[in-house]
Amino acid sequence: MSNLLLKVENVGIQFGGLKAVSGLNMDMHQGELIGLIGPNGAGKTTSFNMLTGVYKPTEGVITFDGKKTNNMSPHQVTKSGVSRTFQNIRLFKELSVLDNVKVANHSLAHHSVLSSILRLPSYFSGEAKMEQQSIEFLKIFGLDKYMHELAKNLPYGMQRRLEIARALAAKPKLLLLDEPAAGMNPQETHDLMELIALIREKFDLTILLIEHDMGLVMGICERIYVLDHGQLIAHGNPEDIRNNPKVIEAYLGEEVTG
Amino acid sequence: MKKSKVFWIYVAVALVVYGIVEFLISNGNLDMYYSNLFITIAINVILAVSLHLVIGITGQFSIGHAGFLAVGAYISAIFTTNLGWPFPVALLIGAFVAAIAGLIVGIPTLRLKGDYLAIATLGFAEIIRIVFLNIDYVGGAAGMQVDYLTTWSYAFFAVLITIIVISNFTNSRHGRACIAVREDEIAADAMGINTTFYKVLAFAIGSFFAGLAGGLFSHNFFIIQPSQFGFLKSFDILIYVVLGGLGSLSGSIIAAILLTIISLYLQDFPETRMIIYSLVLIIVMLYRPSGLMGTKEVTDLFKFGKKSRGGNVNE
Repeated sequence: MSNLLLKVENVGIQFGGLKAVSGLNMDMHQGELIGLIGPNGAGKTTSFNMLTGVYKPTEGVITFDGKKTNNMSPHQVTKSGVSRTFQNIRLFKELSVLDNVKVANHSLAHHSVLSSILRLPSYFSGEAKMEQQSIEFLKIFGLDKYMHELAKNLPYGMQRRLEIARALAAKPKLLLLDEPAAGMNPQETHDLMELIALIREKFDLTILLIEHDMGLVMGICERIYVLDHGQLIAHGNPEDIRNNPKVIEAYLGEEVTG
Repeated sequence: MKKSKVFWIYVAVALVVYGIVEFLISNGNLDMYYSNLFITIAINVILAVSLHLVIGITGQFSIGHAGFLAVGAYISAIFTTNLGWPFPVALLIGAFVAAIAGLIVGIPTLRLKGDYLAIATLGFAEIIRIVFLNIDYVGGAAGMQVDYLTTWSYAFFAVLITIIVISNFTNSRHGRACIAVREDEIAADAMGINTTFYKVLAFAIGSFFAGLAGGLFSHNFFIIQPSQFGFLKSFDILIYVVLGGLGSLSGSIIAAILLTIISLYLQDFPETRMIIYSLVLIIVMLYRPSGLMGTKEVTDLFKFGKKSRGGNVNE
């Protein structure tokens, strides 16, 4: 198997007396597409927040690309190569579609505050480079014709796509997708699956996704981790997960005997 | 490039306006009363634009802007009146000291959000005022005598520089980062934007220009007193920004000009002055709840090239 990209060892977090997640162990190799599933409140998004630096784990070690990321702030984690989308869409609503992507492209150009204010040549070349790159990202997602619209005016499915485009513009090695298909109809979900496969290949990405749509998860994920009540209860390929009694119990409840 | 051509047209228009006013003043067609009005407008525009960067663009609700105005006013006054330095140098020193004050205030307070940030900045502005009130070197409550040095030329070019710097900043990757912070701080952070850095940077730039305005302000009267820099002054500036439309640079400029003129003409009606002024504010807010310009810029009306715009904070 190719090289290890993300290693999560015994990671947990406690909010006051509540243990939201504990003893989480995961590893992801370069190029894998992995699903993280579990019932509502299982701690999936909390795990994402720990991986991206929004929450600091109270125990355990997260290693990404050979670096410990436990105590990094979110923007440092992003710069080291982890980017994400959000469960409830968090676009920059009052910015244009193009500018949304440009924000994520922030580190592409290096013109300083002073050269921006004085409009030095580095400002023009930097901004042009950002604009060109951002339009390329939008083209992949079929959003280039809407680039001057405000993000809030896009239809829902487009906003979801734009969030992924924006996350990609931050040049991640590992992309975390938090329920990318939430609220989508079957056709849109199908398109999304194809899109995820496409960008994975094109950008040589490793992807971790949270999803409730089992068709999507079982269809594209190579391995699946299952969380319930903040604990990892199962791990394996889709077939194993489908037949795992613990997973069935978590989702459907225990069989009533007698 | 088309955009830079448009830019030079604006500069040319501004210079023509400057030339006309300067000609009228030097010719004696405009008396002290009116030249003072123009200078006051210029000072208020600088204040409005600098606060626009903090509130309208970066979304940090600061209501302590008068504190930085006071720093610029006193520091530059000390350098000209007490130490005899040339006025432009003193203006710059006042602005830099105000920016440093902005850094000192900004680094601890910008962890706070919304109402809490507003209270904290208000508190810091009062601290600055009280400090000047208790320093005998600057006259304490009695105030400090200042040379009358502000002219229309100084005021105009200060405004021009302020607007160019802040609009260039806004239309760059740094400005976009600030708008991203305003729109969604968590998402901005997740996209690799160092949100703390940009909040403090915007705050420091805003304070810098507030300090510049302070220098012009103090040398436009013969005396400055700490009471001129109370929280009511902060609210005046806040009103320019909100009334103009949060996120609209031209909106804050227009509001500052209009309200300065209105409040000056209302001085003829001292009994009803504040009632009329308040009514104007209420009526504007009733009929244009997102401010005079809303999220738009004047340039949008002419459909010149696309720019990254401020937009509105209120969703």
